[in-house]
Amino acid sequence: MAENLFEKLKNSLVKTKKSFSGKIDQLINYSGVYDEDFFEELEEILILSDIGYESTNEIIEKTREIITRENITDKVKVKNTIKSVVRDILKKDEDRHREINVPAVILIVGVNGVGKTTTIAKLANMYKSKGMNVMLAAGDTFRAAAVEQLEIWADRVGVPIIKNAQGADPSSVIYDALQAARSRKTDILICDTAGRLHNKDNLMKELSKMNKIINNSSDHFSVYRYLVLDATSGTNALSQAATFNEVTKLDGIILTKLDGSAKGGIIIPIKNQYHIPVEYVGVGEGMDDLQEFMPEDFAEILFE
Amino acid sequence: MVFEGLSSKLQDTFKKLRGKGKLTEKDIKEATREIKLALLEADVNFKVVKSFVKNINERALGADVLKSLTPGQQVIKIVNDELTSLMGGQPAKLEYSPKGITVIMLVGLQGAGKTTTAGKLAGHIKKDSKKVLLAACDVYRPAAIKQLQVIGNQVGAEVFADTEEKNPVVIAQNALKYAKEHFFDVVIFDTAGRLHIDEALMNELVDIKEKVAPDHTILNIDSMTGQEAVNVAETFNDKISLSGVILTKLDGDTRGGAALSVASVTGKPILFAGMGEKLTDLEIFYPDRMASRILGMGDVLTLIEKAQADFDEEKAVELQEKIRKQTFTLEDFKQQLAQMKDMGSFKDILEMIPGAGKKALKGIDVDEKEFVRSEAIINSMTPEERNNPSIINANRRKRIAAGSGTRVQDVNKLLKGFEQSKKMMKQFSGLNNKKHGKFKFPFM
Repeated sequence: MAENLFEKLKNSLVKTKKSFSGKIDQLINYSGVYDEDFFEELEEILILSDIGYESTNEIIEKTREIITRENITDKVKVKNTIKSVVRDILKKDEDRHREINVPAVILIVGVNGVGKTTTIAKLANMYKSKGMNVMLAAGDTFRAAAVEQLEIWADRVGVPIIKNAQGADPSSVIYDALQAARSRKTDILICDTAGRLHNKDNLMKELSKMNKIINNSSDHFSVYRYLVLDATSGTNALSQAATFNEVTKLDGIILTKLDGSAKGGIIIPIKNQYHIPVEYVGVGEGMDDLQEFMPEDFAEILFE
Repeated sequence: MVFEGLSSKLQDTFKKLRGKGKLTEKDIKEATREIKLALLEADVNFKVVKSFVKNINERALGADVLKSLTPGQQVIKIVNDELTSLMGGQPAKLEYSPKGITVIMLVGLQGAGKTTTAGKLAGHIKKDSKKVLLAACDVYRPAAIKQLQVIGNQVGAEVFADTEEKNPVVIAQNALKYAKEHFFDVVIFDTAGRLHIDEALMNELVDIKEKVAPDHTILNIDSMTGQEAVNVAETFNDKISLSGVILTKLDGDTRGGAALSVASVTGKPILFAGMGEKLTDLEIFYPDRMASRILGMGDVLTLIEKAQADFDEEKAVELQEKIRKQTFTLEDFKQQLAQMKDMGSFKDILEMIPGAGKKALKGIDVDEKEFVRSEAIINSMTPEERNNPSIINANRRKRIAAGSGTRVQDVNKLLKGFEQSKKMMKQFSGLNNKKHGKFKFPFM
């Protein structure tokens, strides 16, 4: 099973690898000395992977320090040094156990178009196959046909959904869903929310209200808040993580669309600067295409 | 704000340059290095940054800049020029086909905002008195067709949908046939989101394109996309030859990397930018105006256009008349509030004013709800009260507060504000026939 997961993640990251590991290999193979030019090239590769300027600098400085201190010249060892620096960042904050305490309520947040609704379907499917009873709350009452979209997924997965009409107050939907989940003894309630740009104050206030309603139910439910991030996004994802974390204290991140050619490099600065763990990664359009994020594996595959 | 991070960093750099009467080569080197970092942090593609900085360097080190009396200004001008040309130089217009139907095909990754943009575009084209058909070709995402139908309904454009047919190529053909038979001027195809590396789905796009022969094949790209934006644009361009780009979600605090990279890499113009959640929030993309917004020089032209588009001229004349005769009532006040709301968020408007960059606006938190509250208060008044606010006594105030869900203080504040604006108007209208005197601007 673990092997299988590794393979799947690996396949989804082939493109990432091509652009990242391939380029690093090339760089190391062609440059014998580790001078300014080498690090400038390395900087370029890292920045092209959406790692962002700040974290790129940190990786380079750490690598440079280790290489100089230990006087490393061997090509394989140089690569391993870069790898271990990156892995250490990825492993930050991952030493906790991932189990969810039921009954639980999960609030899914994020900007527009990152794949929140699809991710909810995948999560529901995953928990259901683990034998839990799951319920969905259609909290995106803003976007046209968002409720219908979630309804279709609920139907496919085979879980109940609590909804209201488009334009209804999303907080009231969440409230109703919490009541329903309580009385039906639901294990996991997953709440969809409308996509909102993190710089829109009024929308963030609306979110904060939903968050408050969910927090009020913490006598009965364990509360989890996940931010969905698009792997294709650039360093803007950093400010998304920062703002959403401020409003709804995030418990984790779900990184979607890793099956594209996107590198998902943004995980590195996010972990480096905000210490929010990455819970799952989305690697396809199917219901099963959701995997636990394994920092070790991720680093391994990047540099394999 | 658009390009927030980039904007403030570049402005900091320029501040240093402006203060100097003479620039040395070293100053320029330092400035270009800062520009480079600012662009990289803004997710501008690495290769684009390299050539951009090289251009700046070459031009800025030219003799006429260093010898100029205002070298700092010269450098800013150069950056402004280069930014403009990076984003395509001249604004591009969406041309209609001279005869027959104009066919537009929207393509892009998942979640780029194609369906919303299709609706916005339909609304935009309708303003040119064209009959627009929206064709729902996304058979994959659950409820995508429904979404387009709802949006089509909102903008008042007909939607062609066939929920039985599972082949988007067939749907596209049928939609085009339908459009021809029913004399539509424009048809917009909303295609499913797809990854540019997905062979099968990309070939499907090629098929659709062959069958409907679009006049415009437009890539929708999320402004928040990172370094990958360039690969996405290049692949779509290679496969189906794009004619233009629409940037979506530019109202996020995106650093604008995609905006600055895509046009220069593909050589295709950016036609529009999506600037908000409302279906009217689609702006024509002007590279020069965008460049001055990035450099904190404001965008007065867009501001004026917005005001012209949203203010009803007849009403404005009427209002002027009322101000002159001093018969301005709360009813008129309410209409003004509604017009302000139509122009979009107050903050967005402020940002277009020159010098009103992020820093200048810091701490100014415009509470958009204030407008709603004022409207509610006025709505809770009787017509008589609106036309003659002086009759509003304590009892009436209590009733109005209860009716509008506000407090008596809020009602008082509004009435006071209204009296003050009336006084101000008196001063204005009195200007012509009285001696010029200094007058203060009481505000809200």
